[in-house]
Parts: sequence; C-alpha cells; structure tokens
Amino acid sequence: MADISSNFLGIKSPNPFWLASAPPTDKKINVLRAYEAGWGGVVWKTLGSQVKNVSSRYSSVDYHGSRVMGFNNIELISDRPLEINLKEITEVVKLFPDRAMIVSLMADSTREAWHELIKKCEDAGAMGFELNFGCPHGMTERGLGAAVGQDPEIAKMVVEWVMEKATIPVITKLTPNVHSVVPTGKACVEAGTNALSLINTIQSVTGVDLDTLVPNPYVAGKSVFGGYCGPAVKPIALKFLTTIAQNATTKKVPISGIGGISTWRDAVEFMLLGSSTVQVCTAAMKHGFRIVEDMCEGLNNWMDEKGFKTLNDFIGKSVSNITHWEDLDINYHHVANINQDKCIHCGLCYITCEDTSHQAINLDKGNPYNTYTIKEQDCVGCNLCKLVCPVDNCITMVEKRVAPEYINWKMWQEKGLPLNDH
Amino acid sequence: MIKNNRLTTEQYEHNFSDIKPPFETQDAALVEANRCLFCYDAPCTKACPTSIDVPKFIKQITTYNVKGSAHTIFQSNIMGAGCSKVCPVEKLCEGACVYNLMEEPPIPIAKLQRYSTEKAINNNWQYFERKKSNGKKVAVIGAGPAGLSCAHILTREGVDVTIYEKENKGGGLMTYGIAAYKVTPQFCEDEVNYILGIGGIEVKYNQELGKNISLEELQKNYDAIYIAFGVGLANKLNIPGEELEGVEDAITFIYNLRSKTYKEISVGDKVAVIGMGMTAIDAATQAKRLGAKEVTMVYRRTEAEKSCTQHELDIARLDGCATIWLAAPKEIVGENGKVKALICDVMQLAEPDAKGKPLPVPTGQTLTLNVDMIIKATGQNPYSNIISAYAIDNTKGKINIQQSATNVSKVFAGGDCVNGGKEVVDAVQAGKDGAASILSFLQIKN
Repeated sequence: MADISSNFLGIKSPNPFWLASAPPTDKKINVLRAYEAGWGGVVWKTLGSQVKNVSSRYSSVDYHGSRVMGFNNIELISDRPLEINLKEITEVVKLFPDRAMIVSLMADSTREAWHELIKKCEDAGAMGFELNFGCPHGMTERGLGAAVGQDPEIAKMVVEWVMEKATIPVITKLTPNVHSVVPTGKACVEAGTNALSLINTIQSVTGVDLDTLVPNPYVAGKSVFGGYCGPAVKPIALKFLTTIAQNATTKKVPISGIGGISTWRDAVEFMLLGSSTVQVCTAAMKHGFRIVEDMCEGLNNWMDEKGFKTLNDFIGKSVSNITHWEDLDINYHHVANINQDKCIHCGLCYITCEDTSHQAINLDKGNPYNTYTIKEQDCVGCNLCKLVCPVDNCITMVEKRVAPEYINWKMWQEKGLPLNDH
Repeated sequence: MIKNNRLTTEQYEHNFSDIKPPFETQDAALVEANRCLFCYDAPCTKACPTSIDVPKFIKQITTYNVKGSAHTIFQSNIMGAGCSKVCPVEKLCEGACVYNLMEEPPIPIAKLQRYSTEKAINNNWQYFERKKSNGKKVAVIGAGPAGLSCAHILTREGVDVTIYEKENKGGGLMTYGIAAYKVTPQFCEDEVNYILGIGGIEVKYNQELGKNISLEELQKNYDAIYIAFGVGLANKLNIPGEELEGVEDAITFIYNLRSKTYKEISVGDKVAVIGMGMTAIDAATQAKRLGAKEVTMVYRRTEAEKSCTQHELDIARLDGCATIWLAAPKEIVGENGKVKALICDVMQLAEPDAKGKPLPVPTGQTLTLNVDMIIKATGQNPYSNIISAYAIDNTKGKINIQQSATNVSKVFAGGDCVNGGKEVVDAVQAGKDGAASILSFLQIKN
C-alpha cells in the first residue's frame, strides 16, 4: 500500500486533499464533518474585516443533463465575527491535531491590519496561512482580493508585510484574472512567500434567465460578475499551474493546486503538473464530503499500480512534458483507425470530419447501418473523430511517422523543407 | 359461459390503463433525451417508414424547444402522436438504435415522441398553414391514417378535401382496431381533431363507398380521388362449427371493445384465440383483461415463425395467456348451438413455402381444447368485391398502384387497401406518397 500522507512545508496531513477556502470551511460544524469524512486538511474561509453577504449567491452551468459543470459565486469572505472564527479554529485543531489547518487571510490594506490578524490566527492555532489575493468580486472594490493579486508590486508589498510577522508557513493564492500568473507569482516568491496556490475563481457570468432577462445569480432584479470554478475551469487551472511549475523563480516553492478537482484522477493530474497538495471545493459542494473516500482509495490504487511509494515520487513528473510548440516533432504522425467490431455506426466521426475537418472518413451507405472507414492519406491525425466517438477504444490513433528522425519547426525552416506535405 | 360485466369498474379501469405510461416530468424526459447520441444519418430515422428526424426532435427536447420538437415530428408524420403509442418500435426506430449494438437499452424514442406530440396536441400548437384555396377538389375515402395523412398534405397546398368515412368517427384502425390499453377513444378523437384543425378538410361521416356514394359520382365531382379504406373482412377458417354461437372474429371483437364500454363486452370463461399476429395478441390480452379465466393462443407454426413481435408476445404472456404451437383448427364442436370445444390438428413443419415460411403439415394427431369462445385472428381480407366492381386493377383484392395511381382515371390509393394491412406508420407514409402524386397530377407545385 502506498503512503499518501503529505508534508507541505512541515504541515502534515494524512492525505493531500484539502478543502479550499470557501463556504465548506466557514464554520466548525462543517470542518468537523469534513475531518470525520476523512479530509486531510482545510483552508479556513478567508478572515478579514467583517462583511455582509447578499442572497442569492451561487449559480451554475449545466451541460447535456449534467448539473454544475461550472459553478459561480458572489459570496464574500467570512461574514462571521472574527472572534467566533478564531475560537472555532482553536476547538477544531484541538479535536483533530493531525489535520492541516491553514487559515485564509485578507486583511485591510495596512501593515498593522495584517500583523494584527496574523498574530490572532497564530494564537488560535493556525498551522499555515493562505493569502487571498484572488477573490474577484466584492472585495476588489475595496482594494482587496484580486485587486492585490493583479498588481505584482502591491502583492509583493503585502507579502513582505506578512513575512515580517508570520512564524508559520505562508502560501499566496493567485488570481487567474490576469493574462499570466507568473509576474505576481514571481513577485510573491521574491517577497518571501513560502508557497503558492492557484487558481482562485475566474470572473464570469454563468447565464441569463430567459424569462426575467436577468443574469444569474439573481439579487433583486440584478446580478454581478461572480467567481467561476468547478470542472469547467480545470483545464485553465492546469495551464496556469504549469506556468508556475516551469518558471525558474516560482518553481522553487511548493504549490497547492486548485481548480475543478472532483476526483482522484483530477488530483493526480494536478500533482503530475507540480501541485504538492490539492484543494477541493465545488465537488464537495455538489456531493458532500463523502467524495474524499474514493479520492484516497483511487489515488492509493493508482500509486500501487504505477509503483509510486510516496507522493513525492510523482509530483511534478509531467511538468517537463509540456514544451514549446516550436520544439514539437514535426515528423511524428498518426492516423485514426476505426475498429469495425466496436463501431456502433452512429456516424458522429464522419459528420464531424466531413463538416469541420479534413473529409478523411469514407461513408458506405447501409440500411440502417452505414460503414465508416478512414481515408488514411487524408487523415491529419487531429484526434477529432476519436474524441467524439461514444465507444471507448473504438477509434484509436495509430503511429505512422513521416520519417524516423526528430525534426522541429525551427530545424524545418533552416533546412528550407516544403510545407503542406501531409 | 359467455357473459359481460365480469369485473368492477375499477378493475376495468386498471386493466385497460395506458400500457406504456408517459414521462411524468420534464426531468424524466431530459434524462433519456440527453442519452441520445445525435447520430448522423441515423439508423432510427432510416428504420422509420415516415423518416422522422429522430435525433433532431430529441435534441430539441434537450434544448427545451418542445414546440420545435413536435414540429419536427409532424413534418414527417402528422400522426406522430398516435404512432408514438401504437408503433411496434422494437422492430422500427428503437430496434435500430445504436445503443442496441452496445448492449445498452435503446433510447425510448416512442416515449419521447409522445412527450413532445402530446404537448403539441394538448396546447393545439398548429404548425402548418393552409395555402389559399386553389379551387382543386379531392375526395378521400376513409378517415384512417392514410386518408388523414394524405388530406393534411393536400389541404396545406390549398386543395379542398372531402373525406368520406363509413364510421361515425375518424382515425380508422387507430380508433377501431387497436388495443384499448394503447390508445384511448378520447386520444383518437383529439388526434383527429388536431389534424383537421388546419382547415380545408370536410369529413362526411357514415358515408360508405358503394353504399351511400359511388366512385362515378366522385369522379364527376372531384379532380382526384384517394382510396384509403383499408381492409376489413376477417379471414374465415372454413372448418365445421364456424357458425356456432361463441365464434367471433378479432376485428369485430376489438371494434366492439373500442366503440362500447368495457362492461358491455362479453367474453367466455375459456377463450381460444387463433393466430399469432399483432391483432391476435390484442384480442387475447384484451379477452383476459375483460375477465376471461383462461385464454389460449393457437398457432399452426412455431414461435420462430410468429408474426407478432417478441415484445407483444411478452405482453400476452405477462397477462397470463397460454400458447399452443403447431396446432391448426380442424373443427369446432358445439352443444345446443354454442361452442364447446376446439379440435386442432397437431402440425409439424415441412419445407418453406413461397414466402419462405416453413409450411405446417398435419401429423395425423389431434388435440382438443375445451373452450366456450373462439376468436379468429387469422388475418384480414381486402374489400375485393367493391374493388373489382369498379374495375380497379388488383392482386387478390389488394389494389395495384404505380406511384399511388390506380388504373382508373383520377383514382389513387394507398395504405392497407394496397399493402394488405401493415402498421399505422406505413399508412401515414402511404398518405404522404399519395398526396405527392395527386399534387403532381393536379400540377400543383409544393
């Protein structure tokens, strides 16, 4: 059995699955339930100046019958008095000392405010901090949240204030509402942050009600931009994560990955691209805390199968497999193959290739079942047919190199080789 | 003993309630609609005689465009609502669904079709507008699926249509010849009214060709005539005892069941149903549901040759109907003029006949079933007398057509009277084909 315990800058947890700073980590009752269910740690919902929330707060995007593919919220940081939060943190840590207790912070924009909040939280028993530089709504108008994360200079200044005071590990959470997370990430690392986490939510409008004509979520006839998360944002999170895991400065600190993680498989992908721990919110908000059971077991089974004994054996292993386009091997070529025994004759591969790609699939009319075959000479190996095929492994891509040697775009140009020879 | 009023009102209601209940909620329909893969050149569409664009109408349910969904169905099949209840979909659209090839249950296409079309009929969403009258007049004989389908297309193109119907209600076999647990009389009436809702179609009820009207008269008064009067005469067994009290044909049995109340319909204690087609199943299951103690279906071939679908046979079996294979009626024994027993030849299968079905031949042994009622469901014959009387070219009473036109001037035909008796959906397509030929004959561009 693999060891799935995690040690993040000395903060230990029995598994790498933390609950992200969000409604599920706002109260003692929730956090105790999470720990009882088996979560490795929590990032307590952001503490700062007390705020007032509105109703409603969430909206979502459904896709083809599946609910909450994307999730959006306009909730602010914790709206409970600081003293209650601190008291509950102390109680929870006492009951579950083996779990990670990170506290998310968003103090007002003065050194004194940050120092005071840090002191109170450390006294309450926090094991680490996560600086909320990412909240995209409500707090930005006050010069907080994403307003800090979007400006490397301001972020750097705040991190410096925090590092003057904090005696426990500090994670800085980055906003994705920028063209690149690297400048802020670099600034924070240079200012001394011990770790980075990403991504926070992405500004969004999930939809418009076609009866009331008011966008979601609805608040007395109006709406505002919210923060988008859930499975839909995972690919974006993985991209931002990779840029942090590859940058010479930011890769020096450990990363806690966030963004649409719903299963152990998602978690492993984040870890392969450089996350030491992962944080989950939307999936728990959709299904409850019980999802952690399969996350632990699935991760364990996968590690056993692959021969990984500890998390560190595979964290970051895929980072170097994302390269620059101009380094890709142009001589690599593969073509689709349709397994006629598995084909159910739905025609989806055909119509998608015919209408939107390279007209590389033959249609032989039948009644009622047509036969579809690949025109290998016309197939560019784009994967589209394989992606839309509803049957697993019915369409496979078969490697047919153009030539044995590696050649990339730069080399191709230097040699003056011809274009469009496929 | 043959008697009526065997059950309580509640029992009748229960026994004849909708055998395939509809989706009760939008959510339930969406779960199934979202399973649809949206196939290209879809096998389900190809398996539908009227070529309904099934993937499109199902996709429209998933986008909450139920109005558009029903439009898609009605564009191909104006009786799409009725067909969703009576089509043997297991051998048509649902039988062709690609999920069958994945060993997964097919999309419940009929149920989804019912979901959309029932909403359309209940809300009277009329999609088709009749063009201004062009002065052309067409007479349609028979307000069944073929006749209504033909009339609907003709009126859309501005033709003034008159339908002559021998019964006092429209719908044809849908109204008079299908098991009551599949379609209710009220539904049939609503569907006919919905179709007629476009306007331009006048239905003259209780008008029978050869009785109240003549073909010559119609030829004189109309620009074209479409014959769609179906088939109707039950095949005779031609065995001793066929005239005894208690011998009934399935068509009459079901006709009575559909046009009277359940309480009024008499059945025996022990009923034998002869035949193994869809009508035989409908007769057997309904005899059971009317309170017959024992129902036995008798067929001269084996289960492998049955002409009903497996799904239908399963319904009969679940209703507790017994089956006897390889038994051909030889004689009906009576007592005091009433049925007492059915004697059958025990058969065996010989070489296939001209149609490819193995020919049953007697083994010399017999078996006797003690029954007090016999329902004959061994097929229907065309109205050959009237067809011959008007010198309409035919094969064994089935009208011969070329692109829906008969050999008689201005006279077209389609549906059961041409094919000898197929599904409702085949008749709807025949009506479409007939309308296209008539429009072309009348030189009306559509």
